[in-house]
Amino acid sequence: MYDGGKIVAGLIVFLAAVTSPIWYNVVTGKAEYKPEPKIVTQEKECVAPKAWMTAMHMTLLNDWRDSVVREGNRVYVAANGKAYNMSLQNTCMQCHSNKSEFCDRCHNYTSVNPYCWDCHVEPKEKK
Amino acid sequence: MGVNRRDFLKITGLGTLAGVGGKAAADLVFKGQAEAQEAKPREEALVGKRWAMVVDTKKCMEKIKKDGCKDCSIACHAVHNVPDFGNPKDEIKWIWQDTFEHICPNQHHPFTSENLEGAPFLALCNHCDNPPCVRVCPTKATFQREDGIVLMDFHRCIGCRFCMAGCPYGSRSFNWRDPRPFVQNAREDFPTRMRGVVEKCNFCAERLAEGKPPACVEACTVKALIFGDLEDPESEVRKVLHEHYSIRRKPELGTMPQIYYLV
Repeated sequence: MYDGGKIVAGLIVFLAAVTSPIWYNVVTGKAEYKPEPKIVTQEKECVAPKAWMTAMHMTLLNDWRDSVVREGNRVYVAANGKAYNMSLQNTCMQCHSNKSEFCDRCHNYTSVNPYCWDCHVEPKEKK
Repeated sequence: MGVNRRDFLKITGLGTLAGVGGKAAADLVFKGQAEAQEAKPREEALVGKRWAMVVDTKKCMEKIKKDGCKDCSIACHAVHNVPDFGNPKDEIKWIWQDTFEHICPNQHHPFTSENLEGAPFLALCNHCDNPPCVRVCPTKATFQREDGIVLMDFHRCIGCRFCMAGCPYGSRSFNWRDPRPFVQNAREDFPTRMRGVVEKCNFCAERLAEGKPPACVEACTVKALIFGDLEDPESEVRKVLHEHYSIRRKPELGTMPQIYYLV
């Protein structure tokens, strides 16, 4: 390898620069920014446990959509025994009426852009 | 050394057994959780085997001639967040008025009764028994429910407009522009559509699920719109069709439209 020393040194500098945010977080300890969605509802529980909803809400919404549109089912009997109207606008958003502080915080952070709100009407938020 | 054929078959066989058996065992263990969640229709939902509508054109015409009635369109378009672009080229219509000769061109001849000539007729999706729009839809966004309603899953519509070419009744409209700014006072309990999506009458599937009749039927003050189940011999639609002569739009096309007009 010609100029091996320079190339290896260059690679090390490059890797250090690219991974510097990680090292910065490790060294300073005040590691990460965590998005914290705000829940404003008075309700005590969601249609499923929080951890499950955090990971799987998109699957649930897809299942609800197919069940409602294709099979005409409108009622979801959850694991806690309660019956819910399967509707994004009429059930989810009644509790989570603060889209900008609830949905958007994580979605912006993870840079996902679901197209729910191209059609579904989001609740008007109090400014 | 490598495995011989006999051993290879044994190993793969055992592997398959473990996989299939494991899946079955896991299903048994987690069965309780899966069963706790269940989706079902509402108890109050209107259930039918073949939904259809009868338009009493005489009552309808008289009312329109009297005061330019548009109650059904206004109610429908308000309930479903139908945009008003104020431009006939972009118009979105679920239920609308046109003249008799436009709605039923095959029933029109030079000596048509003066009552019908140029008379206002209502039109909406015919929810055909043999719907061409369903057959041509490449994504199955349009489909036929078991109760006969031809429904759209707007999530799946890719805006190819094959259905608009397939529909011989012009019942489908395309959102050339983003409809949201053109929906006056969008209701928060029903979605709008997005740009590049086709839409049409859904026979108020969302209201039937709540046990309510379609919005247009409810809004009609002269009871010119009758909605019911054709498979039920006691239903009002069956009685009305039994007692009166009725026509359908372009029946010769074999689409078997389910909107009947009393003339």
